[in-house]
Amino acid sequence: MTPWGRPELYTAYKQDMALLNTRSKMLGVAAILVVAALMPLMVADDLLIILGNGLVLAIGALGLNLVTGYAGQVSLGHAFFVGVGAYTAAVMAGDPDGRYLGLGIDFMPAWLLGAGLVAAACGALVAPLATRLRGLYLAVVTLGLVFIGQYFFFEWNEMSGGSQVGREAAKPELLGIEFTVDNGFKGGWTEEQKLYWLFLAILVVAAVAARNIARSRIGRAFAAIRDRDVAAGVMGVNLTRYKVIAFTLSSFYAGVAGSLMFSAFGHFTPESFSLLMSVQFIAIVLIGGVATVSGTIMGAMLIALLPRLASELPAFLPFLSDSATEHPNIFEFEQVAYGVLIVAFLLFEPRGLFGVWHRVRTYWKSFPFSY
Amino acid sequence: MTQFLGAVAGGVGLGSIYALLALGFVIIYKSMRVISFAQPAFMLAGAVLVSYLSPSIGFVPAVVVGAIAIAGVALVVERVAIRPMVGKAVFVIAIITIGIDIIVRVVAGAFIGRDPRQVGDPWGIDAWEVGGVYIAHRHIAAFLVTSVLVIALFAFFRWTPIGLAMRASALDQEAAMAQGVSVGAVFAVSWALAGGLAAVAGVFAASGRTMDQNLWHIALAALPVIILGGLDSLGGAVLGGLLIGVAQQVVASYHREWFPGLDTNIGSITPYLVMLVVLLVRPYGLFGTKEVERV
Repeated sequence: MTPWGRPELYTAYKQDMALLNTRSKMLGVAAILVVAALMPLMVADDLLIILGNGLVLAIGALGLNLVTGYAGQVSLGHAFFVGVGAYTAAVMAGDPDGRYLGLGIDFMPAWLLGAGLVAAACGALVAPLATRLRGLYLAVVTLGLVFIGQYFFFEWNEMSGGSQVGREAAKPELLGIEFTVDNGFKGGWTEEQKLYWLFLAILVVAAVAARNIARSRIGRAFAAIRDRDVAAGVMGVNLTRYKVIAFTLSSFYAGVAGSLMFSAFGHFTPESFSLLMSVQFIAIVLIGGVATVSGTIMGAMLIALLPRLASELPAFLPFLSDSATEHPNIFEFEQVAYGVLIVAFLLFEPRGLFGVWHRVRTYWKSFPFSY
Repeated sequence: MTQFLGAVAGGVGLGSIYALLALGFVIIYKSMRVISFAQPAFMLAGAVLVSYLSPSIGFVPAVVVGAIAIAGVALVVERVAIRPMVGKAVFVIAIITIGIDIIVRVVAGAFIGRDPRQVGDPWGIDAWEVGGVYIAHRHIAAFLVTSVLVIALFAFFRWTPIGLAMRASALDQEAAMAQGVSVGAVFAVSWALAGGLAAVAGVFAASGRTMDQNLWHIALAALPVIILGGLDSLGGAVLGGLLIGVAQQVVASYHREWFPGLDTNIGSITPYLVMLVVLLVRPYGLFGTKEVERV
């Protein structure tokens, strides 16, 4: 049994390496999990759908955090991999006799993994290019990837449904439970509740996997590459190999997130996978906390709630309009808020929301002494 | 042949816009080793500002005032958001510029409004016909103005004290500081120059069409240009800009013949495709300094 201990007080190497290294953390995580699992019983459906979206964003952002946060390779191309995942899932689950390409594989784990694997394959294809480039060259190339990828999504009409038309997203269905069917009126669970639980379950698996990757040999290699790639290479870390691994893992997460991202809405168009989506994921990682799993989830929740917060604002700030044709409106406010949050966090709290939590924790750890 | 020449003429006009933007990227890169993703926002803001100014004070004064005003905005941004981060990882600064880009771009975009706005340029869509080839006035104007600005810039770097200071600090910041160069002033001047150039580029990008929110995509296509030319080469930025501009227009013009199966014009992604090919062959661009670092 792990001792109660204090944060960052480790009495054994095994404890230092453990997933939940103090008892307080163990209890804290358990409490958060319980609250998260009970959330659908306490919260209205319209808020639940936003929280569910936040959970999916968190899955994708965990992937970006692996490549950008842990391995230090700036990728602006995350939206492309999310798109690959979304289309793979839609094609695999799609109706074979329908208007668009479909294979008719209804079994959810199949298309979930398929989406991840195809996206991972794309990531592995791009990675060799990425390993030749460093720093900002890489950022620009991955930015190009978004545009080239979006061109293919626009162009391949049989698969994507084409620009501004789009196609149906894959419908999650497992063991006879149809997650997108609303049973609320006959006493069952509503669509939002079921989807939320599904997303939560997948996020927990993804987060534990990401945490385990980060504290394993691969994660240590990532950190070494991030901190100084030349030094890492001198110490025997195979740079090419680990950069390819980083991109592949990150794309896998992006693909899984993409396959789930539109299941609540049921329909998506190629326009979704633009540079703005990539920036959104970058914002999540930076606002949440670079190279932290808990921070990523916090950041994703904040970004997912941002539109809702913005829509509440006109009540307090009368000059903001909630109509898109008037300026300034809440949609512009939301965009500006992304920018302001990114800049403000990088300037004042580079460790993100995780850093804020860290400060709170440190304050109480040494209470009543402020040092 | 006329089709080809027409495409080349259009490409030179587009390439001039890319060259102006790319020069801004390169100037900032040389002084801070950072790619400023805020250039697209400055470009859009410049075009919007000129569209407001030109009806009252005329087009040419509006462009001058607009460029100076955007240079001022860039100065403020540099002082408030970038200067505190000097010395931090370049990736962090680059991401900050993305944040700034979003803020400035959305604020500028809000001023576009519902009614169609124009920058009030005198050229519109007029064109000369030379042997069956249509050459738009605005493309000629863009090329001429770019040429003048490029010559002025090179003279500025060659013969003025601050230009010398900028070249010195691009080579080695600490050595430049030891010689009495104010590196802070160099940062400020480079951001102001980049902002002003982006504003001028924005005016030409918006001429001959009505303004829309997607104008900034043109500035993103200038990123492949600097990769092609080499991140730290001013000449490479100009040449790369023209090359990419011509390539894009030629591909766009021959799209129907070369790629009959593709509906969407492939011209829009040509800069990125060219960039990928070049990077596979020469990872530091055509004229960039090769970093000697072996692992």
